[in-house]
Amino acid sequence: MQWTDALQLTIIGLAQGSGYALVALGFVFIYRATEIVNFAHGELMMLGAFMVLTFAELWGLGFWMGAALGILTLGVAGYALDAAVMRRMIGESQSSVFILTVALGVMLKALAGMIWGYGPRNLTVPFQGTVEVGGLVIATSRIVVIAGTIVICAGLYLFLSRTKLGVAMQAASQNQLAAYYSRVPVKRLVSVIWAISAMVAATAGMLMAPVTQVSPEITAVGIKALAGAVVGGFGSIPGALLGCLLIGVAEPFLDYAYPPLQGVYAYAIMLLVLVVRPDGLIPQTFRKKV
Amino acid sequence: MRTLFKTSYAFDINHLVDPGERARVGLLILLALGLPLLLSDYALSETMMFLCYAVAGLGLMVLTGFTGQVSFGHAAFLGIGGYAHTWFLMQGVPFLLSLPLAGLVAGAVGALLGRAASKMHGFYLAIATLAFAILMETVFGAAEPLTGGHMGIEVPPIALFGHVVESAWQSYYLYLAVLLFLVWGVANMNRSPSGRAMIALRDSETSAQSLGVNIARGKIVAFFISTFITGIAGALMAHQLMYLSPETFGLNESLKLLLMIVVGGLGTISGAIIGAVFVSFLPNAIEVLRGVLPAGIGEQVGLEPFLFGAIIAGFIIFEPDGLYGRWRKFRLFLETYPYYKRASAVRQKRYLKTGRFR
Repeated sequence: MQWTDALQLTIIGLAQGSGYALVALGFVFIYRATEIVNFAHGELMMLGAFMVLTFAELWGLGFWMGAALGILTLGVAGYALDAAVMRRMIGESQSSVFILTVALGVMLKALAGMIWGYGPRNLTVPFQGTVEVGGLVIATSRIVVIAGTIVICAGLYLFLSRTKLGVAMQAASQNQLAAYYSRVPVKRLVSVIWAISAMVAATAGMLMAPVTQVSPEITAVGIKALAGAVVGGFGSIPGALLGCLLIGVAEPFLDYAYPPLQGVYAYAIMLLVLVVRPDGLIPQTFRKKV
Repeated sequence: MRTLFKTSYAFDINHLVDPGERARVGLLILLALGLPLLLSDYALSETMMFLCYAVAGLGLMVLTGFTGQVSFGHAAFLGIGGYAHTWFLMQGVPFLLSLPLAGLVAGAVGALLGRAASKMHGFYLAIATLAFAILMETVFGAAEPLTGGHMGIEVPPIALFGHVVESAWQSYYLYLAVLLFLVWGVANMNRSPSGRAMIALRDSETSAQSLGVNIARGKIVAFFISTFITGIAGALMAHQLMYLSPETFGLNESLKLLLMIVVGGLGTISGAIIGAVFVSFLPNAIEVLRGVLPAGIGEQVGLEPFLFGAIIAGFIIFEPDGLYGRWRKFRLFLETYPYYKRASAVRQKRYLKTGRFR
C-alpha cells in the first residue's frame, strides 16, 4: 500500500466516521438526558433517508425542499415516539426499555421494507462528483459529510451552551428532579431532545446516502455508531465523536488487511476495547454509589 | 391468597408447594410423556423443535429474567453450541459426552463475554452481546474448516452407546429428559447462593453489593450458566436442523428468543416454557394472518419481523409480566374474588437516579 492509498483510505474512513458520529451524537444526547440507550437510532436514520428520498424524488419536490421536509418529519416522529411510547417507560427497569427500543427498531425496519422495498435506492444529491487535491481523488459527498458533521456539532454546541432552551436541556440531563423543581418542563424537553436527535440522525442518513445508498440495510450504521460511542466512552459527546472517527478510520484499513471479516471490524474493536478498558477511552459513566 | 407457613425443612425446599400447581405440572409432564402416542412423526419433530426452544429460553431466562442482564445475541451461543457439538461428534466423541462439552464451550465463551462487560452498566452488556452476535455470524461464515462456511455442514445423527437413534419418539424422550433435567437444575439453582445473588443483582446492584454480593462474579456466573444451557439447546437444535449454516443463528433468531421470554413472563421458569409454546405456534398464526390480510400486506416478507417487534413492544408496554403474569393475576382474581383490586397487581416503579456524578 502506498502512502497516497493510505491517505485516500484515511479520508474515506474520516467521512465514514463522521457519519457514525452524527448518529452517535443522537444516542449520547438521549442517553445523557434520560439514561435510555436508543437501539432504534439507526432505524431513525434510515427512516430519515427514506423520507428525504420520498419527498425529493418520489414526490418530485427537489433535493433541498425534500431534505428540509424529511428532516422536519423525523423531528415530529422523534417527538411523537417519546411522547407516545418512551414516556410510558419512565420508572420501568432499564432492561425492559432496551428490549422495547430494539423491538421498535425491528418494527421500523420491517415497515420501511414493506413501504419502500428492500433493494438499495439512489438519492440524487447536488454534491456529486469528485475533487482532485494533489493526486488524491476524493468524492465531494465525503467532504460534505465531514463538513456537515463539523457544522452540526458546532451548531449543537452553541445551542446547548448559549440558548435558554439548551441550558434547560443540560439541566434536565444533569438532574431531572432538580430541573423539574426549577420549573424546567422536563417531560416536554425530553421529547424535544428526541426530536433533535432524530433530526440529526435524518441528516446523517441523507448526507451518507451517496455512499451507502438508501435501503433498510443502512440501519447497520446505527449499530456501528453505537460501537463507536462505546469505544469513546458512552456518556460524553466528545468521547463518542472520537470513538466513531477512530472506528471509521480503522475500518477501511482492516477491511483491506483481511477481507473475510469485512464489515464487522467495528464490533471487534468495540469488544476489544470493552475487554481492555471497560469504560471506553474517555470514561464518563461511573458506578452508582449509595 | 393462602399464606403458607414453613413448618419443616422438607417443606421449605419443596419446589411445588401449591397442590394445584403440583397437579398442573404433573399433568403437563404426563401429557409430555404420552405425546408420542398421540402425534404423528412430523408433529413430533415440531414438538422437538419446541423443546429446543424451551431449553434455549430457559438459558436466556437465567440471564435476562433472573439476573436482569439483557442479551440481544443469544442466538450466537445457540450457534456456538451447535457447531461445537457437530465438531465433537465428527471427531468421534460420543453423544452423551459431546452434549455437555458443547455446552461448556458456549459457556466458556459466554463467561469471557460476561467478564468483558461485568464491571460496567447493564447497557454495555446489551451492546456487547448485540455486537458479538453480528460478529459471530460473520465468523461462522469465515471459519470454513470448522463450520463449513456458508455452504453449511451436515450434522451426524444421534448415537447412544453405539446405537443410532432413528425413530422420532426415542430422540423425543431424550430431548424431554434434557429439558426436564435443566428445568429441575435451574429451579434448584434459584435456591442456591449464586441463584439468590443473581436475583438480588437484578433487583438492585447497589443493595446487592452492600449485602456482600460480588457483582462481577455474579454476572459472570449468570452468563456462564445461561450460555451453557443455550449451548446445549443449540446442540439439540443442530440435530433437528440436520444442516447448520451461519444464517440460522442471526439476529432474527436472537430476537425470537427474546420474544419468547418477554411474552412468557420475565423472571419465571414457567415463562420460558409458555414463551416457547407461543413461539412454536407463532409461524402458523402468521400464516393464517397472511391469508386474512389483503394481498398487498399479507405477502410482504417484512410482516414476520414486524409482528415480532410489535408483540415484544406490546408486551413490554402493556403486560411486562408476560402471559404467565397474566395467568397469576387471573388466579389471584379467582382466589380473592370479590376482594381483588387492580392495585394489588400494580408494579412498583423504580426511578433510577442517574449513574453519573459529573
